[in-house]
Amino acid sequence: MQRIINFILEYRNAFLYAFLALVSLIFTLRSHSYHQSKFFNSSKWISGSVYNASSNIKDYFKLREENERLATENQRLRYQLFNRLPMVGRTLDSSNIDYEVIFARVTKNSFASPRNYLTIDKGLKDSIKQDMGVITTKGILGIVENTSQNYAIVQSILNTKSIINAKIKNTNYFGSLIWDAKKYDVVQLIDIPRLVPLTVGDTIVTGAMSSIFPENIPIGVIKKYDLNQAKSFYNIDIALFNDMANIKNVYIIKNRNKAEVLELEKSTNDVE
Amino acid sequence: MLNNPILINILRFALLVIAQILIFNQLNFFGFINPLVYVLFIYWYPLRENRAFFLLISFFLGFVIDVFSDTMALHALATVTLAYSRPILMRFIFGANYELQGFTFKNATRLQRMTYLLLLIVLQQIIFFSFEILSFGHILLILKKILFTSFVTFIFCVLLSSLFAVENE
Repeated sequence: MQRIINFILEYRNAFLYAFLALVSLIFTLRSHSYHQSKFFNSSKWISGSVYNASSNIKDYFKLREENERLATENQRLRYQLFNRLPMVGRTLDSSNIDYEVIFARVTKNSFASPRNYLTIDKGLKDSIKQDMGVITTKGILGIVENTSQNYAIVQSILNTKSIINAKIKNTNYFGSLIWDAKKYDVVQLIDIPRLVPLTVGDTIVTGAMSSIFPENIPIGVIKKYDLNQAKSFYNIDIALFNDMANIKNVYIIKNRNKAEVLELEKSTNDVE
Repeated sequence: MLNNPILINILRFALLVIAQILIFNQLNFFGFINPLVYVLFIYWYPLRENRAFFLLISFFLGFVIDVFSDTMALHALATVTLAYSRPILMRFIFGANYELQGFTFKNATRLQRMTYLLLLIVLQQIIFFSFEILSFGHILLILKKILFTSFVTFIFCVLLSSLFAVENE
């Protein structure tokens, strides 16, 4: 017994190191398969407010650029408004709106690591919840992963854990949007069958299969494509519309029918 | 006031964390190079202190940076490994001298100090980037990141350490 205690005392630093390394490893490896840690992330108040303060300062230097971007979007929206098709038998009333849009600012962006997360300055207080879609004026950005009172973490599409339903514009051929962690302006679309006619430059948009994003939100254009190893599906490289390195204003999309859709899918699965 | 080693270390800790999360994490040279300069804390930490406490404080340093960068516990894993292997690295570079009471960085040559810093950085980057991706399919990407980020981190660390040269150690 004495010798065991002596042994432990002699190697106490090694034991301490092994313990701390094990804790870090468990934290890290668990997140490969599961959601990001709920307790330790940059949406918590201390880290959230540090990023908020720093982005308040930095934003001043980008005001002009950001104003231009928003003005361009307003212009596009006005164009759509003046040329819109008459909405027959459908009044603009909150009871028949499917999607709500909430505006937020990005306080921390990252795109250099294989698993990128953004922090935004809206949280539970503004009714942001997990699994809401996030877009910018140019296209898709990611999905809300964690929220605190005032901040939320968005899992970027530049994240090896991200899988999003996407399709080729004006067709119904859909596949999964993933990222291979190599370039921050290129993502991959897989599971498009071989018989689908493709051209470099085709636009890719979000598909109708998900309850997170509305259909037809732009993602990017086909940059290059080739067949996968089994020769039955395409691997497509997509150049993103969004400049992921320069993102400030984002919109969070809330699907009002989501609970209903999920409920229905669940009850169908239960029957099987 | 600036002679109190505890105060200096607390100040160093805070400043390195702030510099890392607000400046260096957002540099993104060529889209992927973010120098990890907080390794200087381990480089500068006094030699003859309680080792267990050094391990704990290094873990805490990595953990704080992890929370801010949403990287789970990758930085913590790297810092705690560095802290544990620091005596081994030092024995390797400075020889048996380093265990003598009178040893300080001043007695070491400049080349020795640089090699020591470089080894710390390379070890940190190898751990950080291998566990960040954790897939053999990305081995080239990992090597590229280790090589370039180590190089840039080394340059920044040398610059910072000559700017804030420590006189009393």
